[in-house]
Amino acid sequence: MKFTKLMATAAVVAMGLATNALAEKTKVGFVYVGPVGDGGWTYEHDQGRKAVVEAFGDDVETVYVENVPEGPDAERVMTQMALEGADLIFTTSFGYMDQTINVAKKFPKVKFEHATGYKTAENVSVYSARFYEGRAVQGHIAGNMTESNIIGYIASFPIPEVIRGINSAYIHAKKVNPDVEFKIIWAYTWFDPAKEADAAKALIEQGADVILQHTDSTAPQAAAQAAGNVVTFGQASDMGEYAPFPRVSSIIDDWAPYYIARTKAVMDGSWSTVNTWDGIGAGMVGIGEISDRVPADVKAEALAMVEKLASGEYHAFTGPINKQDGTPWLAEGETASDGDLAGMSFYVEGLVGDVPN
Amino acid sequence: MDLSAINPVLLIASLMVAATPLLLAAIGELVVEKAGVLNLGVEGMMIIGAICGFAIAVESSSPLLGLIAAMIGGAVLSLLFAFLTQVALANQVASGLALTLFGLGLSALMGQSYVGVKPPAMAKLDLPILSDLPIIGPILFSHDPVLYFGIGLTAAIWALLKFSRIGLILRAVGENAEAAHALGYHVVRVRIMAILFGGACAGLGGAYISLIRVPQWTEGMTAGIGWIALALVVFASWKPWRVLLGAYLFGGINVLQLNLQAAGIAIPVEYLAMSPYLITILVLVIMSADKSRAPASLGKIFHASQ
Repeated sequence: MKFTKLMATAAVVAMGLATNALAEKTKVGFVYVGPVGDGGWTYEHDQGRKAVVEAFGDDVETVYVENVPEGPDAERVMTQMALEGADLIFTTSFGYMDQTINVAKKFPKVKFEHATGYKTAENVSVYSARFYEGRAVQGHIAGNMTESNIIGYIASFPIPEVIRGINSAYIHAKKVNPDVEFKIIWAYTWFDPAKEADAAKALIEQGADVILQHTDSTAPQAAAQAAGNVVTFGQASDMGEYAPFPRVSSIIDDWAPYYIARTKAVMDGSWSTVNTWDGIGAGMVGIGEISDRVPADVKAEALAMVEKLASGEYHAFTGPINKQDGTPWLAEGETASDGDLAGMSFYVEGLVGDVPN
Repeated sequence: MDLSAINPVLLIASLMVAATPLLLAAIGELVVEKAGVLNLGVEGMMIIGAICGFAIAVESSSPLLGLIAAMIGGAVLSLLFAFLTQVALANQVASGLALTLFGLGLSALMGQSYVGVKPPAMAKLDLPILSDLPIIGPILFSHDPVLYFGIGLTAAIWALLKFSRIGLILRAVGENAEAAHALGYHVVRVRIMAILFGGACAGLGGAYISLIRVPQWTEGMTAGIGWIALALVVFASWKPWRVLLGAYLFGGINVLQLNLQAAGIAIPVEYLAMSPYLITILVLVIMSADKSRAPASLGKIFHASQ
């Protein structure tokens, strides 16, 4: 009798401790579109998650689910996370936008953060990085490096973020090389190494000697390496294993400071809906080391551009810029508004082909 | 639009490369299904083959050893499926799905230290005179050996199923396991061997992606090709030559649509992007109007006591 009573007391105490411990821990969930080992987009988000763990140690518990398709299944994954007690959920791909809003409605106490989208709610923030600033630097280097004057671009989905990148790269390539031509392939995937490799090969076979990619794997880098004389840039992650050539520079996404700040906000109760859009200046977009295969003067110009973009002295979309059909968009010296950029769905003048709907 | 930018010779050469992993996996699955077993784990076996082949090729710097290791890796994983479905009599659909999930996870674990490593290059066939022939040379005589193996395997499986005694037994087991058992054939043994063969083929297909087509290791790099192989077997009415046709159509249109996009052809990109799926299904469905049907025992569990 005494023994069982002791056991029961012990159990109650233990459970009390356990619930206390659980209540104190902030649970943060991450929904990933690819595998954490993709070497690009999802890899960097996972680095951000690890930084959160490092910053808060035992006060935080993180969970993540990889390879979540952008569709109804994403809603299931988010719901599951919320049911399991997540306090904060990061949904890290554009295609989770409506699903995030839907699930957020069902769990008003859980905070959601959706990457690269534009729909907010009481408990949904959005955050993105001004990748187009990095694209401007890439365009500058690409325009200088190409000898065939054909630059290949592996695009993923026709969403504003990707279209901004194409426009920004094109404007700056054209500036240094008026004869430059962009060949664009829409892969309709974020991550499919075989398809990305095929796309890169098709572009190379059609004369491209610089490949820009907006897909997440390193497969185009390998294809360029096999071709021998084709320049590439790391996407989302440094992809430094392909440096110094074919990868001559890269755009690096650094989510860690943001993830730490937002987790902290949930912990101390100061979380509120925000719309964050940071660029090179705030450190959310990094430019990977420009390798020695880039001529020194081009490298210096590129670094100067990085400086000016960071300080805000120069905006990547500065007029005069016309839309593809020739109608004026930005007048001389005018810079694009964030609203215009966020919903960008047109090519600038000079690009060939139509933006898919 | 500038169609002259597309070099048809290079195009045909690269579509053959794009089709090969699909062909290998689908031919393996065809044999498995002909024996009356539905293994939905193709994707898992492919990705295990991709990492096993990659790891061994890197460690031994021999692509050939890598390919052999890939076949062994795929077969070993399929052995798990064989045990579950043939010995433990588990549900084949569930076991196959589990195999895919397991394969994807295990390959990610095994591949951690191989991200960003460059594999040794597979030598291409280089016949002194034939490879230098204009047009025919690049298309027919300058590929890697695995591509020819894929075509040869298709022919061999076709002949085996149609003319040989082994093929007859395999089909008997797949059509009517009880009858085959009554005739004295060891149904479970035949099926396990078919499953192992399917695993080896899928593994080889996976290694073709990681060693030759891409070539690098990235987690989840098969990205659904295993599922397409499964669909292809059905749409090809379980006929080897139609599998070959389907694989070349699918791989070919995929490469073609990428090339057309790059050339700036005036067809909306959305239609181009879905064309491989659409055209492959359409062609094979029209061809299968001759009422060929699935093996009668497909997916059914067999035990000698029943």
